Amino acid sequence: MADYIWLIPVFPAIGFLINGLLGIKFPKTLTAWVACLSVFCSFVVSAIIFKQFLDLPAEARVFEMTAFDWIVSGDFSTQIAFRIDALSIIMCLIVSGVGSLIHVYSVGYMHGEAGFRRFFTYLNLFVFMMLILVTADNLLLMFVGWEGVGLCSYLLIGYYYEKDSAANAGKKAFIVNRIGDLGFLLGVFLLVTTLASNGVWTLKYSELQANAHLLTPALAMAITLLFFLGATGKSAQIPLYVWLPDAMEGPTPVSSLIHAATMVTAGVYMIARLNFFYTMAPTTLLVITIIGLLTAFFAATIGCAQYDIKRVLAYSTVSQLGYMFVGVGAGAYAAGIFHLMTHAFFKGLLFLGAGSVMHAMSGELDMRKMGGLRKKIPITYWTCFIACLAIAGVPGLSGFFSKDEILWMTYSRNGANIWFWLFGAATAGLTAFYMFRMFFNTFHGTCRASEEVKHHIHESPKVMTIPLMVLAVLSLVGGYVGVPHLLGGSNYIEKWLEPVFGHAPAPAAQSMHAFDLSVIGNAFASSGASGTVHETSAELYLMIAAIVIGLSGIFIAWLFYVKNPELPKKFVKKFDGLFNLVHNKYFVDEIYGFIFVNNLFRLGNLCKNFFDEKIIDGIINGTASLVAGMGGLLRRLQNGLVQGYAFAMILGAIFVLYFMIRMIP
Amino acid sequence: MTVMSIPILSFLIFFPLLGALLLLFVDRKYSLFIKGFTLVFSLIELAFSIPLFFLFNDKAKTMQFVEKVGWFPEWGINYFLGIDGISLLLLLLTTFLTVICVLCSWNSIEDRIKEYYITFLFLETAMIGTLCSLDLVLFYIFWELMLIPMYLLIGIWGGPRRIYAAIKFFLFTMAGSVLMLIAIMALYFFYYNATGVYTFNVLDLYQASIPIAKQYWFFAAFALSFAIKVPMFPVHTWLPDAHTEAPTAGSVILAGVLLKMGTYGFLRFAIPLFPAAAFDAVPIISILAIIGIIYGAIVSMVQPDLKRLIAFSSVSHMGYVMLGIFAFNMQGLQGGIYQMLNHGISTGALFLIVGMVYERRHTRMISDFGGLAKTMPIFAVFFMIITLSSIALPGTNGFVGEFLILLGAFKSNMVYGILATSGVVLGAVYMLWMFQRVMFGTITKEANRNLKDLGAREILILSSMVFFIILMGVYPKMFFNKMDTTVTEYLGFIKAKNAQYRVLTPSPEQTGAVVKSLSNMTK
Repeated sequence: MADYIWLIPVFPAIGFLINGLLGIKFPKTLTAWVACLSVFCSFVVSAIIFKQFLDLPAEARVFEMTAFDWIVSGDFSTQIAFRIDALSIIMCLIVSGVGSLIHVYSVGYMHGEAGFRRFFTYLNLFVFMMLILVTADNLLLMFVGWEGVGLCSYLLIGYYYEKDSAANAGKKAFIVNRIGDLGFLLGVFLLVTTLASNGVWTLKYSELQANAHLLTPALAMAITLLFFLGATGKSAQIPLYVWLPDAMEGPTPVSSLIHAATMVTAGVYMIARLNFFYTMAPTTLLVITIIGLLTAFFAATIGCAQYDIKRVLAYSTVSQLGYMFVGVGAGAYAAGIFHLMTHAFFKGLLFLGAGSVMHAMSGELDMRKMGGLRKKIPITYWTCFIACLAIAGVPGLSGFFSKDEILWMTYSRNGANIWFWLFGAATAGLTAFYMFRMFFNTFHGTCRASEEVKHHIHESPKVMTIPLMVLAVLSLVGGYVGVPHLLGGSNYIEKWLEPVFGHAPAPAAQSMHAFDLSVIGNAFASSGASGTVHETSAELYLMIAAIVIGLSGIFIAWLFYVKNPELPKKFVKKFDGLFNLVHNKYFVDEIYGFIFVNNLFRLGNLCKNFFDEKIIDGIINGTASLVAGMGGLLRRLQNGLVQGYAFAMILGAIFVLYFMIRMIP
Repeated sequence: MTVMSIPILSFLIFFPLLGALLLLFVDRKYSLFIKGFTLVFSLIELAFSIPLFFLFNDKAKTMQFVEKVGWFPEWGINYFLGIDGISLLLLLLTTFLTVICVLCSWNSIEDRIKEYYITFLFLETAMIGTLCSLDLVLFYIFWELMLIPMYLLIGIWGGPRRIYAAIKFFLFTMAGSVLMLIAIMALYFFYYNATGVYTFNVLDLYQASIPIAKQYWFFAAFALSFAIKVPMFPVHTWLPDAHTEAPTAGSVILAGVLLKMGTYGFLRFAIPLFPAAAFDAVPIISILAIIGIIYGAIVSMVQPDLKRLIAFSSVSHMGYVMLGIFAFNMQGLQGGIYQMLNHGISTGALFLIVGMVYERRHTRMISDFGGLAKTMPIFAVFFMIITLSSIALPGTNGFVGEFLILLGAFKSNMVYGILATSGVVLGAVYMLWMFQRVMFGTITKEANRNLKDLGAREILILSSMVFFIILMGVYPKMFFNKMDTTVTEYLGFIKAKNAQYRVLTPSPEQTGAVVKSLSNMTK
């Protein structure tokens, strides 16, 4: 019954081939149908398998199949082989499900584009590669998908290739990702050679897990850190996040699908997939937590000072990805995947909403030229509202449950580290603030667009609004698969993923310091409780505190942008330097450019102009002019007559023979 | 020994020569006939080489399709041919690329057409002869014969600086060859003194026990000759000039086959003849290979000329091959051999691509292009796929080779592996930046506005290259099967032979193992 799991990735490949090879003469509708149906077929197969999983006992929820041998050299061998289990089926459903919706949306969004077929060909190729990534049963095949999605990202960011900024952004994305891939590859090499020295040659997840004990703690740390470097590239974490904001040059559905809902979460998926190694390497987990927290906070601050709505969303994505890493860094892989899923819903929706706003505003992206769109594009307005509430962590919506789970895990799994929690919670506050800053600026107040743009404002067609509505529903209810025990839920998703991640270890929070708790308790819940506080009340306090922080973010945004629109201007004037620093993204791009890019080119020119042309060729040409006579001779020989050369050859051969005869004693 | 009674290798060697001789009698005014005739000959050659792939017994440990005829038996010179899993694949690459070269020269060569195609057929004979020879004299003759047609291709049908480039090419390779010739003779007399037998038979010479001090000298002479051909840093500077000035087909065959003769020479001669020296040379060669990888990539990055850029990328890619071979483990060796094929396909294809735009625009300067994706969409797709193969994207042939090489290198020396892997990033930098400047952006030069997209012949050429790029990337097993046994035996042999020199007082078991693996190699 597992024989057909390869169909999941193959359907979009078929769509890719049909549109790519045969589609030159296709009308747009046919191209669109082929593209959308191929992805939808994958979704159907995924859903069928999911249904089968539901009927099976938890341990039996693994389907595997091997297609053929791929790279086999000596003892090393890898197969083209697929594995669907509790984790990859969730990923498959997200990728093909959200993917289908975005395909449908794109039919409307890209309608007037000359490169319509090219767009859908790339998009199908992307879904194919992404599904390879999540269904692979070994690390090397995962790497095929890993680099494959990077390629599609490159192609789609550079979709408007005539624009230099788009072509540059695509190239930047690819190269920065390659730096991460370097880490991935080195991780694979170190892993293979380490296991090989113990007589085990494999990259298959199940066999890796079985042999994980062969790694020493130091090696486990090195390997997991190398893989994490790969994740920082693909999932845009410090220090390799710089490509993602630029990636917004791509068409908006691309930003939604690739740069929010699916591809950028590949790093989180990879770490979750290799959880058995990461659990062995506490230092790596700590590094991941810290990088995740820093990225989340840092990107959120930048998000507060951008005017381009897609840039705000891009930094928000970087920030939210940071959250997911905080989750997996705490060893709470299920929480990370849970947030990955809800994020796919609400962030995918936000990008599609932004696309719908652009559609209405004749392509405008600057929120300073928007405002008051609430009445004119009501469906976009309401769906975006839901998404904003979800990402801000308002209780009851999907983002609340997943974010809260991560915050709690950060606290409890890291030895009740209140600082980690505070960092995370502050980021949540910032998130609520910048999301509603964007929301109020776009939809509320007076419209600041030019008369001509105003005249054209209209709601998007159904083909675009229906995906918005579906995603809005998912953003509303998607969190209920992970309602914590505290609120009377059963945290179903955690239980579902247990066969992959194992039983959650007992929270370390039991050893927490009463002091930390009392701070929280006094500050936010004014319970005054101290001394015999137990875990449940800690979770409750922290949850309430996080809610309060999130709501205050929204409140401040409301104060700034609805109640008193002059306030932000005053604020910017007062903190001019700080604002510029943040608005210019802390000048990280410029610093990287100065340190790495410039010096690389300087080195290249030095090698070319000095070393190659002066030193080496200098020696050669010097030698050559020493034997100038010989050179002149050769020049004369070079007369182009074949006979002459044949003669020379025969002469040479005779010389060789003569030489040989002479040498024989 | 031969599976079939007909001397297939001799046929493959001399059939193109026959074509060249027949062409001598054709009047030069029938240019279409000359082209057609050459195409038919190269196609027949290809058709006869393909069965080798299927008839080749991939379980056999010895040379296959062997032909041995005494030539000057009293001096130990024999007409001795045979192929193993390594030369088989290179031979097929040669016959395939020759057809491609004839096709791509169809319209681009307008001058001295007759001589051009004669030269090309002659070159094919020399290349295949080099790959099949198992006698050092025979090998050396073919090796030198390759030099002449290539020299002519550059010197006659080349670009404006062709004379400089041709002489530079000639001097570099000649310098190496002379050294090799001396080493061959010295080896010959050494063997005679040791055994009382005159022989140039490589398989016999493999068995010789050469003192380490002598091995160093022999190896150095062979290695220098081959390193120039590869080319390895720092003797690579002839390559950019030769490539830049050569006509398209010349560049394709130069990159596709001639450079491989350098690495093939290491595999067939320098390493198994002098294994102890080869093992001792690992640090030098690996470090030069790594410098080549990084240096080639960095210099590529700043080249203003497309052909020079690709030429330097060859230095980088061939550095991978050398690194893989000298990892002396299964993954490195097989990856290295596979990368030889990959490089032949993908760099050959890149030169074809450049040739195609050159025919349209008569310039190779990157700054003269920009925005071509708009005017030549079909071309853009091919160019993209070939570029990706060159930067070793998984799913293309380049990845399989590069991955195994790096894995092998990492396994034998972690530092080498780490350093070489950085080339993965640099490769993406120079290729994608080049691609962007040629294909993306707006059209700034009027001349680019009305370029014709690819025609049927060009699509056929590039499709066949892309076919192999994908096939070799997705199902490499087909090719690995052919070389598995050869490489396993090869590795066992050189390791045992090397161990022989290391063990001063060998224990009985060790001697037994050495003798056993040595006897496996003898037929």
